[in-house]
Amino acid sequence: MSTLNKVNDLQVVNVSRRRFIQGLGLGSGALVLGLSLPGFSALASGQSMKDKAEHALNFFVAIDDNGKTSIVCHRAEMGQGIHTSIPQMIADEMEADWAQVFMVQGKADKRYGAQGTAGSTSIRNQYIQMRQIGASARQMLEQAAANVWNVPLTQVTAQNHEVKNLSNGKTLNFGELAKAASQLTPPEAEKLTLKSPEQFKYIGKEVKLFNMDDIIAGKAIYAQDIQLPDMLIASIARPPVVGGKVESFDASEALKVKGVVEVIQLKERNYPVNVQPLSGVAVLATNTWAAHEGKKKLNIKWQDGENAVHNTKAYQQELIDKVNSKGISVRQKGDVYQHQFDESLTVEATYSVPYINHTPMETPSATAIVTGSGDDTKCTIWAGTQNPQWAQSLVAGELGLPQEKLENVALNLTLMGGAFGRKSKSDFIIEAVELAQKVKRPVKVVWTREDDIQHGFYHSISANYLKAQVTPEKGADFWLQRVTYPPIGWLFNDKQDRPNDNDLSLGFGDLPFELNNLICETQTVTTHIRTGWVRSVACINNGFALGSFVDELAVKANVPTRQMWLNLLGEDRMVDVKAEGFNYSNYGMDYSTHPIDIKRMKSLINLISDKANVEEALPENQGWGISFLRSFGSYVAAATKVEVSNKQVKVLEMHTAIDCGVAVTPDRVRSQMEGAMIFGLSITLMGEITTKDGRVEQSNFHDAPVTRMHQSPPMHVHIVDSQEPPGGVGEPGVPPIIPSITNAIFHASGIRIRHLPVNKTLSV
Amino acid sequence: MIKLTINNQDVDLSVEKEMPLLYAIRDELKMTGTKFGCGAGQCGACTVHIDGQAMRSCITPISFAQGKQITTIEGLDENNDHVLQIAWREYKVPQCGYCQSGQIMNAAAMLSNNANPSDDDIDNAMQGNICRCGTYPRIKSAIKKAAQLKQSRES
Repeated sequence: MSTLNKVNDLQVVNVSRRRFIQGLGLGSGALVLGLSLPGFSALASGQSMKDKAEHALNFFVAIDDNGKTSIVCHRAEMGQGIHTSIPQMIADEMEADWAQVFMVQGKADKRYGAQGTAGSTSIRNQYIQMRQIGASARQMLEQAAANVWNVPLTQVTAQNHEVKNLSNGKTLNFGELAKAASQLTPPEAEKLTLKSPEQFKYIGKEVKLFNMDDIIAGKAIYAQDIQLPDMLIASIARPPVVGGKVESFDASEALKVKGVVEVIQLKERNYPVNVQPLSGVAVLATNTWAAHEGKKKLNIKWQDGENAVHNTKAYQQELIDKVNSKGISVRQKGDVYQHQFDESLTVEATYSVPYINHTPMETPSATAIVTGSGDDTKCTIWAGTQNPQWAQSLVAGELGLPQEKLENVALNLTLMGGAFGRKSKSDFIIEAVELAQKVKRPVKVVWTREDDIQHGFYHSISANYLKAQVTPEKGADFWLQRVTYPPIGWLFNDKQDRPNDNDLSLGFGDLPFELNNLICETQTVTTHIRTGWVRSVACINNGFALGSFVDELAVKANVPTRQMWLNLLGEDRMVDVKAEGFNYSNYGMDYSTHPIDIKRMKSLINLISDKANVEEALPENQGWGISFLRSFGSYVAAATKVEVSNKQVKVLEMHTAIDCGVAVTPDRVRSQMEGAMIFGLSITLMGEITTKDGRVEQSNFHDAPVTRMHQSPPMHVHIVDSQEPPGGVGEPGVPPIIPSITNAIFHASGIRIRHLPVNKTLSV
Repeated sequence: MIKLTINNQDVDLSVEKEMPLLYAIRDELKMTGTKFGCGAGQCGACTVHIDGQAMRSCITPISFAQGKQITTIEGLDENNDHVLQIAWREYKVPQCGYCQSGQIMNAAAMLSNNANPSDDDIDNAMQGNICRCGTYPRIKSAIKKAAQLKQSRES
């Protein structure tokens, strides 16, 4: 626990700089603070404004003479609420008045440190750092006031946007102190005192959310909303098979469409495919409709290439066959293979999950302007991207700029109209840059829904195999599990032929059960299509398989599913899966702050079972299903009640319980859990992308459906009150939802869904 | 030349008569509150009112809107205090927010026709509007709250 309030060894530095101040429209007396994060350059040192006037911002806090406080959010907003949560952590330690705090979206800049909004990391990795930023600002304001009053620092205290003199009760507000504070050297990290949880004013409390009013008024700006003078809009026809090329096309009909200005063939790209564009042919027009209409008239002939062999129906069977035979061991204890299984006590099951698309409501889009040439090439981009620094670096590469010229690429972040992992890939941004450079005009690339569904980075098609024997104590042993799927790493290294240890850390190799005999294996595969991180990543299939299998074991042992979970988890303890030879990555976190804590797991399983009352007596065609997974540093359990009649599933009620440690913005934790239930419903009931001859067969919502309102039941979220270090929130909600639904279907109907989605077996 | 009235303003547009209203609103009039989601009338992100009816502007040719009254999210209430917008703020409905203009516009048309919608009424009226973030439970709560607000305003 001490780690939470201990100031770590990062240094907050005063980096008042003219450009930042100008950028914010603030007076020159502003106090501007940045944080020296690991990997920062020496630029982040406390030098005078004049010396640093030419450097771009790496700042978080600015206060103007009137007290208006601007706080940078360097992470990207896609609906998770980080625009509120980052300022919330800083403002709390600062003692700033929330009504005077304004959020400023940070651009791509490596001096912010890790900026990628992925892996549910924004809070769990920065809870201390962001609070330090606030505490440092607070102490500088206090010091400035102490200097005015000529009293020791201990005689003053900041409170609600002003500093109070404890000896005479006088006050100075933050605006009055900003200029003097900005002249001070920031305190050393060890002199910062962070608040204890009972002192929090905003962390863990309800606050007004940024963006909310603009969204509701239709004023919020997303990537597709960028409008620039002289801008062209590009619609691109991409090879239907990954690795395919344009054999021929005819621009003449497209150019006849009123508004179409130019037709441009994009450059061909090589393996590995990375997150680069797929190439193809772009139609550029003065309005979006003309661009899309022009694209339909290109009459392109494609060379499909080697991936035209990819048919998901056969491929899925290959994966299933592979996990049903001995594979490559990544974790082992005791000896499973020598065991003579008692068939009457053994459960053996294979589960599969198809490709799944992110399908954010806003299709990918980016706008770019490119000017100059050679090392003087400059580029300005507006995009919704989860990984601005990666995009910036790739764009620099695209333009032939050396990495020391990264600042030539100005990447402005818009809101993202959903992302779910799709917008961590920069292909659409590079498309805009490539075209803008060619036409020397601003270009906005807009993907159609068909583009989005047919040229995605899909959640990998997968198969999981599990086998175990029920013990006399109604637990299980002799546990054999295998998984395989096309690995995301193939994007970057087309020789990678199986999930690596990092991939297998996602709800597979970290099996926390008390077992005497265990083996975890994977298998090699070939990859034919782009796969990528989709919300919860491999925890989708691993969580589905595990949660289903525990339920199947419970049925075999004739005990409630809750009891089987508790029996398998065993004694309260911290589990070290590395001790059994598995190279576990623990979502990039240390065991010391984020252990695998069996007690927290068991309490979540009990909590969800009690809150949802899952052991209640139900009509014959109704059933409850539960499941659990610890992922991304958080513990989440789910319960779903369904009714199955005439082969039709109706979801009646859903519950999710999360222990994410400190919940900084509880309402957004709640909304993420609601969202996870609906995302999980989509995956479970209807999520499926298939390929034939290498081409994606689906195209829009009619054949790639997602959950709609009438399929969304009443939902309940239970947040555990905790002061443990924060875990992730965006992703960990999804994995337990999936098997909670299929388990419920089994208990309502006796139909065991081992192959998603459900609508292949039952109506939804 | 196409003449139409949008948010009580008369506009003349020199565009192809087949152009879907969505693109005229976004690209020609630069009003970006109305969103593209599917281009096929399947998701509701582009919902606007044409003579008070909720319509999918992505599949509505602008010629259909000629001479008609169009309302977009920007024109729903001059102070953004339509009962739905008030309720939306109270329930903190949006996550990413992208689909919300369409959700609100669709719900507004429903409330005009049905002052006291049941859960089933809401499901039926709103199932054409997709939200991928999963705000359905809050949308439903907010619509019911807005209906109450509307009734208390009118009584």
